[in-house]
Amino acid sequence: MTPALRELEALFPRGLLRQPGELVAYESDALTAFRARPLAVVLPESHEEVAAAVRWCQKHRIPYVARGSGTSLSGGSLPVEGGLVIGLNRMNKLLRLDPKERIAVVQPGFINLQVSLAAAPYSLYYAPDPSSQPVSTIGGNLAFNSGGAHCLKYGMTSNHVLGARVVLPDGETALLGSESLEGIGPDWLGLFVGSEGLLGIATEVTLRLLPRPEAYHTVLAAYDTLEKAGEAVAAVVASGLLPGAMEIMDSLAIEAAEAAVGAGYPREARALLIVELEGETPQVEAEARHLERVIRDSGAYEVRVAQSEAERMKIWKGRKAAFSAVGRLSPDYIVQDGVVPRSKLGQALAEIERLSERYGLRVANVFHAGDGNLHPLILYNGRVAGELERAEELAGEILKLCVALGGSITGEHGVGMEKRAYMPVMFTPADLEAMRRIRRAIDPLELANRGKMFPGSEAKPLSHGPHPLEKAGVIARE
Amino acid sequence: MSSLRPTHPKEVQEAVRSHPRLLPRGGGSKPALSTPRERQVALELIGLSGVLEYNPGEYVVVARAGTPLSELEALLKAHGQYLPFDPPFARQGATLGGTVAAGLSGPMRNRYGGVRDFILGVEFVDGLGNLVRGGGKVVKNAAGFDLPKLMVGSLGRLGVLTELAFKVFPYPKATATLEVAFPNLGEALEALYRLAASPIELYALDLVPPSRLVLRLGGLPEALSPRLERLERFLNQQGERLQGEAEEAYWEGVNDLGRLGEGYLVKVALTPRRIPTLEARLGAAPRRYMSAGHLLYLAWNEPLEALDEALRAEGLPGLVLRGVVANPRIGLNLEGPFGLKVTAALDPQGRFERYAAPN
Ligand SMILES: Cc1cc2nc3c(=O)[nH]c(=O)nc-3n(C[C@H](O)[C@H](O)[C@H](O)COP(=O)(O)OP(=O)(O)OC[C@H]3O[C@@H](n4cnc5c(N)ncnc54)[C@H](O)[C@@H]3O)c2cc1C
Repeated sequence: MTPALRELEALFPRGLLRQPGELVAYESDALTAFRARPLAVVLPESHEEVAAAVRWCQKHRIPYVARGSGTSLSGGSLPVEGGLVIGLNRMNKLLRLDPKERIAVVQPGFINLQVSLAAAPYSLYYAPDPSSQPVSTIGGNLAFNSGGAHCLKYGMTSNHVLGARVVLPDGETALLGSESLEGIGPDWLGLFVGSEGLLGIATEVTLRLLPRPEAYHTVLAAYDTLEKAGEAVAAVVASGLLPGAMEIMDSLAIEAAEAAVGAGYPREARALLIVELEGETPQVEAEARHLERVIRDSGAYEVRVAQSEAERMKIWKGRKAAFSAVGRLSPDYIVQDGVVPRSKLGQALAEIERLSERYGLRVANVFHAGDGNLHPLILYNGRVAGELERAEELAGEILKLCVALGGSITGEHGVGMEKRAYMPVMFTPADLEAMRRIRRAIDPLELANRGKMFPGSEAKPLSHGPHPLEKAGVIARE
Repeated sequence: MSSLRPTHPKEVQEAVRSHPRLLPRGGGSKPALSTPRERQVALELIGLSGVLEYNPGEYVVVARAGTPLSELEALLKAHGQYLPFDPPFARQGATLGGTVAAGLSGPMRNRYGGVRDFILGVEFVDGLGNLVRGGGKVVKNAAGFDLPKLMVGSLGRLGVLTELAFKVFPYPKATATLEVAFPNLGEALEALYRLAASPIELYALDLVPPSRLVLRLGGLPEALSPRLERLERFLNQQGERLQGEAEEAYWEGVNDLGRLGEGYLVKVALTPRRIPTLEARLGAAPRRYMSAGHLLYLAWNEPLEALDEALRAEGLPGLVLRGVVANPRIGLNLEGPFGLKVTAALDPQGRFERYAAPN
């Protein structure tokens, strides 16, 4: 054992993993195509221990990666080969719940869904709802500015984080934000959220809670073309309604979801649209009448309205299960996360279909139509020579398409390792240089999550596939 | 004092490169922030104006930073949309860039959020004269550092804003306002807390000291009267209702924060928990708490040091918007190593005003 490692062992007598068998679980995240063997994993239990780990890395110039539940779909929590993993799962406490001020203060390893469960007795909830919410951590959500199905109306994680205590890469502590919804001075917290673990490690996070809506109105509409479903979304928006969620599934996704959970969807539909209104009862009732007219005029051949909470949950069950269900149709798959302006949805989908034919790979589509966030799922077989490369090329084409249509390479899964090569498609050298200057000012040695977000040397993927937790049916991807 | 008036981002770049000390200035509606100090050259941005992209179906608008709020809001209104963070000083010539740099939102931020929640993209000239873009022009985006949010409240310290993209929403088809008087501050605050935790969706939830709440509802016209009645039942008391043009005019009046009163005009970020003790320190200063007690605007006629001290005693940060001051940042000192390093990264030569940290 080297002196440096002995030092680390002294710092973490109870929380150091070194054995190959212990490290395996940390070698990759949900982007299973990438693997790297870390030097060690430490499991700090306090802010001070995180700071100690970071200082140790600084002293010995060892790159490190913070890790929550390792569900990143873009390789965000992939270790640096030979670097340290700072696993935050033991820092999983709810520190304070203040229903009157409507805030929750949690440690970074606290699980997203647990926040809403803790707040439920007070009729409050935590709005950001990534599909991974039963397992993903608030620290991971914060680092990736994670989204979910309700982003158009409610925003992303960043819009619900009020403050954070962080360990900076030099081991110093910073307090960013406050408990107020308002701030004075540059929004340092706004910069920190979504920085993918490059600017420091959050050890305490203050979250904003919202009152649970009084009423929901959930509509399922079936169409004989994907285009009509897309136009329906445009019509809903044009009518001046602001639904909490608008989601579309294509026929491949419908078929798979039906086979998996039997949500009772019309199986022959080419596209399904889910629209959900929420709010005060009299307002939702009035909006529902307007929505009914819009959907009727949109050419839906079948429309169902959830008459009970059970029916509502059933509609959502199929939607939430769609991804892992499609995944079962194929040994391997890649999920993409590009965004296009809503008016370009139809064009983007048609183009994706053409690309799918050209590459000879099936692509299923399940997406957040309200905010133009596509999630094309590219199916391939890693055992067939060349298919992985073709799938990756196709994924890259889709990202470029999204940018060309005026959108983004990622709506919620982050850049991580996976999409860093595409950053120059979206940003100019001057943009990237400014971001990099910020990064280096905070972390001159670029130890924090080295090799992520910024274009650089490319690692070679092995194969893609479901996260172990998806295989176990614990979570589904969106 | 000399001033420059660029009409293109390139000219902003040249200006930054050729002047060691600059202060960007939009419409001048917040003079405490836009009056050049010693040796500073004013960089007038009203020449950098105009809406660049707007497709109402996208809920996105992109405009040059010097665009007056009033111009943008008129365009949005014609399509039944608005800036949900409700920026103040629209009729006093405020620009988009000045609004973002000052980090200002108005009463209607209560419904969907403040300027930080609606900014999507930014283009700015950093202290080296580079033109930098961050964020995007779509309503959801997670690529790269969130530079758009960073610029909120930046007071020109990190760069000169040249272009901004915002998320916009449909404006409610009908609105109504209810003013409710309470016997004392304690009861008003209790009602404020109850409302904020309830599913009742208020566009504005203002507290006008000593003990009045002003509540704004919005939505479909057919649902508005039943909702007003429910609101009164919830509060266990009737209020004074305002509707139609009088209601619009009332909120237009509130939008001009200058009308609060003479003297310094100050923004304070806080939580409602601070209000009782803060109230005891503010004396007769005209003021209004917005967004369920998270935002305070007040007019101050005493020496500024007294307010600075009061805010510090409460652990609250403040920003002076109007009045002649050496440093508009008062109250709690928010400067820390993180911010200083980011500032040095974007403006290594110190061309922009950083304002000394309040002690
Ligand atoms: C089945 C499935 C469904 C998903 N659905 C969605 C979805 O709907 N929407 C969505 O947005 N994402 C989704 N994701 C992606 C993923 O769940 C999110 O990115 C999530 O936020 C990651 O959380 P985590 O705890 O697993 O973080 P990890 O994967 O462990 O880490 C993610 C990143 O955060 C950094 N990090 C972790 N903790 C901290 C901390 N305390 N401080 C600083 N940096 C930190 C890590 O270094 C890493 O870069 C899904 C993933 C899967 C597998």
